Amino acid sequence: MNIVVLVKQVPDTESPRRLKSDDSTLDRAAADGVINELDEYAIEEALRVKEAHGGEVTVVTMGPDKATDSIRKALAMGADKAVHLVDDALSGSDALQTSYAIQQVLGRTGFDLVILGSESTDARTGVLAAMLAERLGVAQLSLANKVEIDGTAVTIQRQTDYGFDRVEASLPAVVSVVEKINEPRYPSFKGIMAAKKKPVETLSVADAGIDAGQVGLAAAATAVVDFAEAPPREQGQIVTDEGDGGVKIAEFLASKKFV
Amino acid sequence: MAEILVLVDQVDGEVKKVTLELLTLAGRLGEPAAVWVGPGYEGAKDRLAEHGAAKVYVAADEELNSYVVAPKAALLAQLVNEKSPAAVLVPATPEGKEVAGRLAVRTGSGVLTDVVDVAEGFVAEHSIFGGGVIAHAKVTTGTPIIAVRPNSVAPEANPVTPAEEQVSVALSDADRAAKIVERVVQEKGERPDLTEAAIVVSGGRGVGGAENFSIIEALADSLGGAVGASRAATDAGWYPHQFQVGQTGKTVSPQLYIAVGISGAIQHRAGMQTSKTIVAINKDPEAPIFELVDFGVVGDLFQVAPQLTEEITKRK
Repeated sequence: MNIVVLVKQVPDTESPRRLKSDDSTLDRAAADGVINELDEYAIEEALRVKEAHGGEVTVVTMGPDKATDSIRKALAMGADKAVHLVDDALSGSDALQTSYAIQQVLGRTGFDLVILGSESTDARTGVLAAMLAERLGVAQLSLANKVEIDGTAVTIQRQTDYGFDRVEASLPAVVSVVEKINEPRYPSFKGIMAAKKKPVETLSVADAGIDAGQVGLAAAATAVVDFAEAPPREQGQIVTDEGDGGVKIAEFLASKKFV
Repeated sequence: MAEILVLVDQVDGEVKKVTLELLTLAGRLGEPAAVWVGPGYEGAKDRLAEHGAAKVYVAADEELNSYVVAPKAALLAQLVNEKSPAAVLVPATPEGKEVAGRLAVRTGSGVLTDVVDVAEGFVAEHSIFGGGVIAHAKVTTGTPIIAVRPNSVAPEANPVTPAEEQVSVALSDADRAAKIVERVVQEKGERPDLTEAAIVVSGGRGVGGAENFSIIEALADSLGGAVGASRAATDAGWYPHQFQVGQTGKTVSPQLYIAVGISGAIQHRAGMQTSKTIVAINKDPEAPIFELVDFGVVGDLFQVAPQLTEEITKRK
């Protein structure tokens, strides 16, 4: 089975995250880059599908040079090879353009299954799986907390507010995963060493057959008008419980008309 | 006045509150036109009419709810092409955002997700990086497709008599690629949905075990609120994962958020920081959650929370 797992490098939530004042795009240089957390679950699921059904796991990443660190980690976890789409022309692309660029890369790699995290911790749009399924004309098996494959039949549990939907489709398909679908493995020392020798293909926009006029900040279908730091919340009242803490909260809630 | 399409969020004919919020918002920007997908419109008609749905497009075919997301996007794309609305509003729920994504591809339009307000000219306000930055953005290509976070707008009554139009949409094979074969409803009870509840009470590491979540549930029930949990609590298996509030779980923005035994790591704050009023109970006076609170009690949650529940019940 040809399994492609999409990995995004995002700024670490623990480090300062800001927009750049010149073009209002994310300042990727200011923060430490880490693998988007939900993508680790996607990598793990891809490896489990491979272990159960055979095949090969290819990591696909779109991002700047330093995203190589995230690619190496995915390879160290056990993915077989990687494709890194890296080009200044892509900077500032929005979700619509990103899905177009990745579609072009998937056209080169081919796929039976594309697996990704259901959203990234930076932009949090949660639209990529849906956009890719739409562009590729294949099944959208998104928000999965369980994936089962039998031959070319795929069944997932799609997480909902009320529980889950059981969804069936045939390969090829796009699967997005939510946390708790599995427990991502840590790279072993052997895995880290092996990752250094695994092939990483670097593609430019031209290499991937992407129309440069359709990607990047200038061509984006959305634009940031302005941004500012949110005003800090006013410091509230904090009391130490002296046996009447619950009553005090109730009084506060009453003053705000919640009770 | 230009139409603003509003995708109705409903389960088995029960209209979600976020729909009424979107209709109210649409009424400020143009003429609200609700889009109903599947059977059950008759039972929900009055609720939409009370909140300003001047127009309703009814696509009653049951088949539209039998496949994941694509039929809704197909229907909205058809309406965008035929009716040339000024914008499309959908709820910024996981599914709503997916509908927005597919619709954006189909119509070649820009999409803005997780929006907390929309002003004139369809300038959308976002609260990003866990509430640390307020950004305004707009769609520059195609029809603005905007996913609005539940609880961002107070729904207002605006009774109208809707003009109804039945619509049908032809689905392609690709639209039918992911078939929903079973809906499994897990313990819902009488509590409101977490993402649209006006009051949320969440428990964290301090709760100490699955059996103690009854304390959190009792407090939530006394207020008519929903129950949430921090990642520490869901990772430990004390409460089901779909109730996790935070960066890798749900984003909530209720009128009142009560954090019980939650330290308030940035991953948690990313999911609740835009709550209007925040209250915390924690035994650690240094817990970062206290930086956010309107009212906080440093103390033992096993003493404070039950006392609070009792006091609320007494005051009813």
